Formats: sequence, structure tokens, C-alpha cells
Amino acid sequence: MQDPDAPAVELVGITKQFPGVLANDDISLAVRHGEVHCLLGENGAGKSTLISILSGMVRPDAGEIRVGGKVAPIDSPRDALELGIGTVYQHSTLVRALTVLENLLLGETRGLRLNVEAARARLAEVAATLGVQIDADAPAGELALGRQQQVEIVKALWRGSRVLILDEPTSMLTPQGVAELQKVLRRLKETGISVIFITHKLHEALAVADRITILRAGRVVGVLDTAELAASSAEEVQARIVRLMFGEDSRAVADVAELRTDLEGEQAPVDDQPPDAGPLLALSRVSARPVGGFDPGLEDVSLEIAEGEILGVAGMDGNGQRSLAEVIAGERALSAGEIHLYGARVERLDVSARQKLGLRYVTDDRLGEGIVTSLPVSLNLFLKRIGQRPFWRHGRIERRSVEREARSLVESFDVRTPSVSTRAGALSGGNVQKVVLARELSFDPKVVVFNKPTYGLDLRTTSTVRELIRGLARGGGAALVISTDLDELLDLCGRILVLSRGRVVGEVENGPNAGERVGELMVGAGDVAAV
Amino acid sequence: MTGATTDTALAPETRPLEPAAPSRRFATDALDVVVRSIVPVLLALGAGAILLLALGRNPITFYSNVWKGGIELTAWQDSAIRAAPLLLIAVGLVVVFRANIWNLGYNGQFLLGAALISGLGPHLVATEPRWLALLLLFLVAGGAGAAWTLLPALLKARYETNEIITTLMMSFIGVGVANILIKGPFQDPSVNIPQTRVLPLNKMLPSIPGTRIHVGVIVALVAALLVHYVLTRTSFGLRLQILGANPRAARHVGVKVPRLIVMSFLVSGLLVGMAAAADILGTWGYVRANWNPAYGDTVIPFVFLARLNALALIPFVVFYAVLSTGGDLATQQANLSTDFLLVLVALILLFMTVIEYLGRRRALGASYLTPGLQQALRTSRLRRKASA
Repeated sequence: MQDPDAPAVELVGITKQFPGVLANDDISLAVRHGEVHCLLGENGAGKSTLISILSGMVRPDAGEIRVGGKVAPIDSPRDALELGIGTVYQHSTLVRALTVLENLLLGETRGLRLNVEAARARLAEVAATLGVQIDADAPAGELALGRQQQVEIVKALWRGSRVLILDEPTSMLTPQGVAELQKVLRRLKETGISVIFITHKLHEALAVADRITILRAGRVVGVLDTAELAASSAEEVQARIVRLMFGEDSRAVADVAELRTDLEGEQAPVDDQPPDAGPLLALSRVSARPVGGFDPGLEDVSLEIAEGEILGVAGMDGNGQRSLAEVIAGERALSAGEIHLYGARVERLDVSARQKLGLRYVTDDRLGEGIVTSLPVSLNLFLKRIGQRPFWRHGRIERRSVEREARSLVESFDVRTPSVSTRAGALSGGNVQKVVLARELSFDPKVVVFNKPTYGLDLRTTSTVRELIRGLARGGGAALVISTDLDELLDLCGRILVLSRGRVVGEVENGPNAGERVGELMVGAGDVAAV
Repeated sequence: MTGATTDTALAPETRPLEPAAPSRRFATDALDVVVRSIVPVLLALGAGAILLLALGRNPITFYSNVWKGGIELTAWQDSAIRAAPLLLIAVGLVVVFRANIWNLGYNGQFLLGAALISGLGPHLVATEPRWLALLLLFLVAGGAGAAWTLLPALLKARYETNEIITTLMMSFIGVGVANILIKGPFQDPSVNIPQTRVLPLNKMLPSIPGTRIHVGVIVALVAALLVHYVLTRTSFGLRLQILGANPRAARHVGVKVPRLIVMSFLVSGLLVGMAAAADILGTWGYVRANWNPAYGDTVIPFVFLARLNALALIPFVVFYAVLSTGGDLATQQANLSTDFLLVLVALILLFMTVIEYLGRRRALGASYLTPGLQQALRTSRLRRKASA
């Protein structure tokens, strides 16, 4: 019945319009049997929408999907599964408190009784296909993220899917985890399963893909065969893809780490420091209590940042990064230890006092706490100076001076907004981040904590943000960059600390193989079985 | 935390368009506010007319009696007097509601203030000069209202206890304590019914010459203007707004949240207590046991109709005061219970809900809900959608 030569999945003329955004514009692509097909494009290029359509979360306005050569309307996630399309989302969908087996049984809707033994056998079968070992009775929440992802892959293949969608699968993994994932991908290919692999990082796409479809602004701008590419040099390949991804804009983003094909070769130079200068910021044996099960708090953390230095903090999400940032900013009390700013103790000062001293914090949760969406951009730029002269006098706001200063900040940080009185919530993610940066990096910043500063931003903004961080350091400031994106830290930092379960488990000088060593530290301090 | 991930997961490719030019937006916003504020009132009056017809009364006679009893001749002065305590309570609620804090203990705060000044008043006006006695009584009532919010305020500031529950509980206790005071130490020994001694007429709040409008009305108006100024122009007001819109941002930008919670609660209680002073010293002169006008309950719909805007509250409260003053005459003439007016208020609430529902479906922008509440509703909806 099915045409064996037909592609595993084919999209024809898929178009999807969201209010104000044409997310997918007449997209056609074909995924062959047993190939790893990479969707490459920066944030906002339309990758996620396309995947949502393919997995039945969103219905396209126009176009059709063909599975095995036959037109197959996908109206719900169930339809997608029944057509043999399984999806692994970027963020874990496992129930942490349930065991692996129970998580897999959650999707089992056939019959009333749970057939546990059959499920156990099926798990062993799928795990063998993937070439991995999974403890069926371990609580999902206790598995390392790489292992959790394998469980998600098993879940996606549970009902015999022949097409697997992986949405930014490496964003949560260590370099070792990525290597393991690549092995799994090879096994999948051997069994004839097609993989759609979504990423915004060029070197990943080149490493895993058979073919790469490049998206820009909702359109397919190129399809490349990696086998053909192997003939040309790495620079040529990179230049060609970057041109496709960015068109006219390619020069603005040329140096961003995401677009380099080889990160290890080209490390950021360690800034030469004035030998006698003491550290601008020093934490000495700082501890903080855990918060609500998500954040383990801090235990005995010490670190020093010198003038002109960019210090990186690596680690999986939820290993105390937020506690570290908030303790330094003054939002959270520490239970032990000392914080020294320019040699003076500051741990008893509150947020605004530290802010005035030049200690700033760029939060990772821009929309959740970085801005007040219902207030205008102008007020958001001065949230941390409420009541201070010259913007407030005798408790009364000086609207004119606020607006004048806001306009000049909007201009110098290139915030794209219709006016300074626009609600901050109406801005795009990148512009919200620029508002936050403008607030924290104005009025004499000296020591700035950046928590995931480029998370979710397009590459042009990413490049701008990283340049601001470098500029701060060049100007005699100091930066602490907390990131789960190892490439970002390798791009920016001279030294990288590794945070695990609230402790600093090691320090790596940036240089050859630094990424791998950071990965080892991230894993080594955790459970031994971790990937 | 989870809310944020949902947002970033769904948002990047579904960004709305940049908003239209500010001037056009202002015009549509203003129209929107007018529609949402006035339409429920008109619909309620219309539905009330149908109800009256069904009851065999003439709605035109009824509403014209409301006009006669609430506005014509000098009736408008009675309406103004009735508006004073309502307005003070309403602005007291605006202060905390803006910060997403729900002080629902207004009945206890009000009655406690009322009982205290009714008990202390007769002594005080007899021994002190009138202006000093009245000023002290205003402070006593305001202080009592504020003090009664202190426990819920501290519990919320320190332990994030839900203030809806604690203020309601304190309200019941406050009402009880007020009754004990009236039946016990403040009981007028010369009468058999449980009530306090009556203030002599010439010792009550002075009136504006030539009218019956007493100083309490002016106090209420000044309070509304002052609260509006503080909320829109001062750093205190901005901090309250941030706390209401996004408590995590408040902490992030260095607002001292616990202190702000306590402060706003105290101001709210103070204004509610002062409403008692305006009402007792201006209108009644004494309190009877088990008296509870429950002004706060009737005024809450108007607080939301006015979008938590102290200035916009003035016309709404005046509207209700006219309705209720004129309604006394109108219900009497129509041989209805005065509770019929509460039916009208309930209808306003009902139509507000309907308009709100329609408005949300059409994404009309402004809402009765505070930004914080809206955010909570929106993220829970998103989450439901994402998990569906």
C-alpha cells in the first residue's frame, strides 16, 4: 500500500499565521527513511511552530502533511502518535515522582488494566534498540538529565514510531551527554527510524545531520546535504550556512559561538589582570538555605572576581545558580559566610544599597521578575531607583527627568520600542532583555552578575549582549556569567567554575578541552550513573 | 518558575504586533473603560425595570422617585452625606487592592471604630473643645481600624498567610468585640435597649453653612484625592503598583515587601476606621448593638467598576448614594423592601461579570482584575493549553 520510495514524512506548503507573525510561510520539506534531518535556524525562525504542527499541537492554516506518501491530517497529538511520529520536547515532560515504568505507562490508554510486565519487556526492547540501559524502577526525577532524555525517547518510540522529533535536545546536556545522544542517533538510523533534530547551533547540526534544512523568518532558505559539504573546508561551510541563516545580517553575528564550527580551537583569551589589584567581588564560604525543592541553595561557596575578569559558572539548571545570583544581589539572605565588594563586607546591605555601590544583577527570569509588564518601558528602566534623586523628589516622581533619561537609555541600548511609554510587556524577548540590561548597566556598574544572559534570544541580540559583557570587563568592571550553555561560557570567560548541588565542585581555566573537563566535573560530582 | 518556562516556550514565535500609536490606543482604552464601567450599570437599571414590571410596579415611577428622593430640592445633600462613609471605605480598599492585597475585614474595622467613638464620644465632647474632641475621635476610629488590620498584615508579611482568611476572621471578632463594648462598658444606662449614649446634636460634625453637608463629606473627598495622588505620583504608590502587578519583581528591584504590606494594610484600616467616624459623628450620633450597615460589601462592586482608581470612585459612589437615598422613598412608595436596592447592586455585579467575560474573549484590553491576578489566570490557562 505504502510507497517504499516515498519520504517518511513530507511537509508541503505549510503556512501558519499567528497574530502579527507569519511563523511558517509555505514550508516544504521531506524527511527520508533512516536519516537525521536537522532543522537549523535561530530563535524565531519558525522551527518550534513547524514542530508543533507536526506533533499535532498546532494546526496549520494551509498546506498538508504526508506520511509514507499518503496525505495525513494531524489534528491532535494523538493523531501524530498514531501516524508514528513521536516527539521529545526541550523541557522534560516526565512526572518526577513516578518511576520510569510508571511514566511510560501514563501514555498507555489501551484497555483499563495496566499491563506492567508487557511494559517492562517493551522498555527492555526499546532500550536495546537505543543501546542504552535504563532502570525501570528508578524515580524519573532522580535520573540525570541525559538519562531522562533517553526515557523521553523511549516514550516517543513506545508505540512503534518511525519518525522521532527532538526539539533542541542538547540544550540540557553535558558534552558527554551529547556524545551519548549521538550514539543513540546512530543506532536509530540503523533501524531505519528518521530523526528530525532541531537546533540553533551550527556545529551540532554539522555533527549529527545527514541533511540540514535552514529556516529564516518562517521560510526554508536552503537544504544542504552534509555528505556534499564534506568536500569543502569548514570555513566555507560555515560562511555558506551563516549567509543562508542571516542573509544581509550575517556580518552582525559572524563571531557568535553558536555559529562556529569548532569551539575548542578558538578560546577567549584570559584577560591579563593588573597583578596587585585585589578582587572586586569575593565570596567567602557562603551558604544559603535551599528553596522549595527546585533550588538546592548554596553550601560553602567561595569565589573571587578581579577587575577586568569574566568568571563563568557552569552547571545544570537547578544546581544553585539562582541562589548564587540572588545572594550576591542581596535578594536572598545567606546563612553563613561573607561577601566582600571592593574589600568591604556587604552581606548585610539590601538590594538597593548594593545597587548603588555598582553591584548589579541581570536576572534570568526577565518576564517573571526582570520587568513589570503592565508598566511603561520608562518606569521599568528606573525600577531599582524608586525614590532616588533626581528621578524622585520628596517622594514625588519627576516625570520629565525620568522620560528624558529613559529616552537616552533606550537609544544607547538600541531598545526597539514605539515609545518609552509603551507597556514593557508589549516588547519582544530580546528588547525586554535590552531594557533589563539598560537598567543594570547604567549609572556606573562595577560588578555585574549575569544569569543566563542570552537564553532564548536571537543571535543578533546574543551577539550584542556578549559584546556588552566584554565591554564591561574591558572598562575595568567584573562580570559573573552564570549559564547552562557551555558554549557561551567558553566564548566569554577566562575561568569557569562548576556548580553542582549548591557546591563549587571545580574550576577550569579556559583552553583546549575545557568544555570536556567542565562536563566531567558537572557529572562527577553528581551521581555516578549520570550521563 | 514554571510559569516563566511556559511563557518562553510558547512566546518567541507568537509575539504580538507592536502596539498602535499611543494616541489611538489612549482613545480606544478610554472608550473601553467607559464601556466597561457604564454599561453594567445601565444594564442593571434596565433589568431592574423588567423586574419591577414583573412585580407589577411602574419602573418609570420608581426611577423618578429615586430621582426625587436622591437629588431634587435638598435631597442631594442627603445623598452626599450618605456617600461620605462609602467613599472612605472604598478608597481604603483601593489602597490595598492595588497591591493585590485583599483586606476583607472592613466590617469589623468599621464597627470597632464606630463602637469606640460612640462610647468615648459623649465624655470627650463634654470635656474638650468641640474641634479637638472631634479630631481625637477621628484619630481613635482610624487608629482602631488600622490596629485591627495589624495582625493579618504581620502574618502576611512574615509568613505569607492568606489575608483573605485572616482579615475575614478578624472581622467577625471585631464585630463581636464591638457588640460586647456596646452592651457592656458603653451601654447607655438611661435606656433599656443595648445602645450607646447619644451625642448631643450641637456637638456633632459641623455642617457647611446653609446645607446639611457635614465636614465628613469633605474629609472623604480630600481622602479620595490624596489617595489618588499618592498612588499615581509617589514612590510609595509605584511600589504598591509593582507589588500588585508582580511581587517577584518587587523583591527583585529591592522593594521592602513586608514593610510595604504592613504599611498599606495600616493605611487601609485607617481609612475604613475614619469612615466610621464620618458616619457616627456626622449622621447617627450613637450605635445600637447588632447594627451593621455593611457599607464595604455594597461598595466593593464600585471599587472594581472604577478600576481601583480613587478618582473614578467618586462618581460611582455618588451614584450609589443617590440610588440608595432616593431608593428609600422609591421602595416605600412602591411598597417594596429596601433590599430591592441590593438586588440592583447584585445585578450590576452580574453584568460586570458578563461584560468582563465577553471582553476577555475579545481581548478588549483593560480589565477589572489587577495585573497580578490577570497574570495568574493567563499562565494557568496557558499551562492548561500546553498540557492539553
